[in-house]
Amino acid sequence: MEYTAKDFKKGQPRWCPGCGDHFFLSSLHKAMAEIGVAPHETAVISGIGCSSRLPHYMATYGMNTIHGRAAAIATGCKVANSKLTVWQVSGDGDGLAIGGNHFIHANRRNIDLNMILLNNRIYGLTKGQYSPTSPRGFVSKSSPYGTVEDPFRPAELCFGARGHFFARAVATDATGTVEILKAAYEHKGASVCEILQNCVIFNDGTHETVYSKEGRAKNAIYLKHGKPMIFGENNEFGLMQEGFGLKVVKLGENGITEKDLLIHDAHCEDNTLQLKLAMMEGPDFPIALGVIRDVEAPTYNDAVETQIEEVKKAKKYHSFAELLETNDIWEVK
Amino acid sequence: MVEIKELEDVVVRFSGDSGDGMQLAGNIFSTISATVGNSISTFPDYPADIRAPQGSLTGVSGFQVHIGAGKVYTPGDQCDVLIAMNAAALKTQYKFAKANATIIIDTDAFGKSDLEKAAFKTNNYLEEMNIDPDRVIACPITQMVKDALSDTGIDPKAMLKSRNMFALGLVCYLFDRDLNIAFNFLKEKFAKKPAIAEANIKVIQAGFDYGHNTHSNATNVRRIETKEKTPGRYMDITGNKATAYGFIAAAEKAGLKLFLGSYPITPATDVLHELSKHKSLGVTTVQCEDEIAGCASSLGASFAGALAVTSTSGPGICLKSEAMNLAVIMELPLVILNVQRGGPATGLPTKSEQTDLLQALYGRNGETPMPVLAATSPTDCFDAAYEASKIALEYMTPVVLLTDAYIANGSGAFKLPNLTEYPAINPPYVPQEKLGTWTPYERNENGVRYWAIPGREGFTHILGGLEKDNKTGAISTDPENHDLMTRLRQAKIDNIKVPDVEVLGDKEDADLLIVGFGGTFGHLHAAMDEMRAKGNKVALAHFKFINPLPKNTAEVLMKYKKVVVAEQNMGQFAGFLRTKVDGFVPRQFNQVKGQPFVVNELVQAFTKIINE
Repeated sequence: MEYTAKDFKKGQPRWCPGCGDHFFLSSLHKAMAEIGVAPHETAVISGIGCSSRLPHYMATYGMNTIHGRAAAIATGCKVANSKLTVWQVSGDGDGLAIGGNHFIHANRRNIDLNMILLNNRIYGLTKGQYSPTSPRGFVSKSSPYGTVEDPFRPAELCFGARGHFFARAVATDATGTVEILKAAYEHKGASVCEILQNCVIFNDGTHETVYSKEGRAKNAIYLKHGKPMIFGENNEFGLMQEGFGLKVVKLGENGITEKDLLIHDAHCEDNTLQLKLAMMEGPDFPIALGVIRDVEAPTYNDAVETQIEEVKKAKKYHSFAELLETNDIWEVK
Repeated sequence: MVEIKELEDVVVRFSGDSGDGMQLAGNIFSTISATVGNSISTFPDYPADIRAPQGSLTGVSGFQVHIGAGKVYTPGDQCDVLIAMNAAALKTQYKFAKANATIIIDTDAFGKSDLEKAAFKTNNYLEEMNIDPDRVIACPITQMVKDALSDTGIDPKAMLKSRNMFALGLVCYLFDRDLNIAFNFLKEKFAKKPAIAEANIKVIQAGFDYGHNTHSNATNVRRIETKEKTPGRYMDITGNKATAYGFIAAAEKAGLKLFLGSYPITPATDVLHELSKHKSLGVTTVQCEDEIAGCASSLGASFAGALAVTSTSGPGICLKSEAMNLAVIMELPLVILNVQRGGPATGLPTKSEQTDLLQALYGRNGETPMPVLAATSPTDCFDAAYEASKIALEYMTPVVLLTDAYIANGSGAFKLPNLTEYPAINPPYVPQEKLGTWTPYERNENGVRYWAIPGREGFTHILGGLEKDNKTGAISTDPENHDLMTRLRQAKIDNIKVPDVEVLGDKEDADLLIVGFGGTFGHLHAAMDEMRAKGNKVALAHFKFINPLPKNTAEVLMKYKKVVVAEQNMGQFAGFLRTKVDGFVPRQFNQVKGQPFVVNELVQAFTKIINE
């Protein structure tokens, strides 16, 4: 059956005008329609926070649960019924602070979840405290003199937890967002999509350099598997390896041509280079967008089902009555 | 001529170093006794240390078996026979022996260093402990095991693993038990290692023969005939295993997948162990990253249409309470098992208390009524788990099932249940004719929200932790609606149908009504029996359904002149009853020792109340 974005839409979002969540929601509707899984076979599970309101605007099954637990709840949902396509939606506070433990373990176990991390580097719903992705020195209501702690970088956390899929998009970039959401769906296993988004009220301009199309042309690189790493307003720059690091080169300078550039390999098991790409930041490097890592690995939910099938074949008892008979039994007459 | 005395009941305590196999010896002895139709009740007493040094006082492990001609309700306060496999066991376990108990010791394990490790000051350990040598069967067990196995080619170190079987053989002689049952048990247990089975059988026989050959020096042989028999097929089952079986049975009856999200914690982990074995029944277990995820993943599984269970002990409940709360407001079925242990915090992890009752009833934010059941014995854990699952599924609510370390680790003879005789479990699936008009908080005639499981077309909906509008299911902060939803959730729980509480004993004319709940049933019943045998008029009302309380609660509690609520906490159940029954002012018996009640102490305390 063919679906349109409308089939996944419900209600009137209550986010602030200009909030990145609006852009993301619309991309998610569009991606789901293109993916084509029926709304009733889809579950969207969120925690708490501005972005976690999202399930209320979905015409699918869903839950807007408690703070930080979305990944754990989604885990149970997927393992109990693997036929469902499960999307887990969290903000940076929900996913990486209170829910950090569930985030890393969902990645480690490789549960087949599409895990969306809407990163605006701020607690919006509680009105403006720094989050675990706010940069060091960040001034907020709870850090009036600036934070004295380093942030998490979501990709680093994902890779450190042995994550097999990581992609990044900017909320205002519908094409880029839809593309990584579809790739996340296609990937079997935990798929982390970091969405860079603005909070117009409490952290306006946090992703300023890549929020507009022009900005992205200048300050971002779209990585595509099998393609050379070229970027710039006129595709005039590229990435090369230098020692253990990366370097930005200008095509044509020092005789460098496209052939000298790195080719993106999202499927490479070794995540060293992928991590380097994911960790790039301005002004010296472009911010990497697109599917950065996409490596096949056995999923937890498949393995659970396979094991159940194997044990069913190996064991002779398949009902409660038969289970009883496996014990030492005596008879009183 | 061997004189055979008939006994009503006898308590045997096997004790030794953690590695001496006391649990196995005790287990086989109870199985043999149960097989001939004796009533049994067992209690394993594990050391709290992770790996105590061999022979040390903290490394002693015990297993107590109570067997009776009639019904026995507890593993017994003190033992008639104490087996002490080393000096440390004698030192620490002698306090569990009756004044006239027979003591069996392995004299080979009372050497100089053994005595030092057990903090004996002299070589004359019996005198030091004031034990009458006439009551002691002092036997060189280690040497006799070596002799018995000398021609088998087993290396001497491995031989020592069979010392427990010698003790078992000797005890079997004392109580005139049929060794063939033990032999069959071992052949089955070591089916893949017949040499080990054979060695153990040899040693049991040697222990039995030793008893036989030296009877002039030993206590006379005792026999326990079976008086009351309920015909049927039986197995020995611990409370934790029975709980796991109850969940399996309920899932099968309801036609649902069983899902357990859990995190290892003493003394509840055996439920996770047991359920994770039974994948051939489709049981799915997820060992989570923490207690929070244990409960949260179960709730996710419940949403997805499983019978979802999360198992833990008190400290884990602290962490699960937020997701339990979510289950309340989302009105999804979930069973939360709390195998209670000593608290607060890490407290006494291997010991037993009833101190989490108020946590189960009230330990959450907001108005969060939740049904609470408390299993009353190891075998009752099966029914309690089944009933908790049935309530959760039929009333779309989280349910707390309380057991405790004592009944979870203790065992009893379990009459194999016939599932066809158990009541059906009918979750309130949303009827197909509601397609198009249904909203998520629409309720059936019992005030229960319908269940629409993801995957079903036409019933997509969003649940969540925010208050919802009763009619539309949308987020609502409307004050009237919140008040209404709070009352609807409360009414749903209040209206759950539970059986009346039964009054046992002198129900018409008791001078004292004993009231208890959960795992203390056996001890309270035994105390009542003992008092009635002495001519007192006593009754017992023991509660399994705590919330909601049985309809006849007030009538029962207010009927008797004197009522004592006995519990292993500071009075939580008594306080709860007082909030539910106007004018109810009970006497209280409270003990928080981490140990089961002692029947003698109960009898003394209750007798004092009667005589006041």
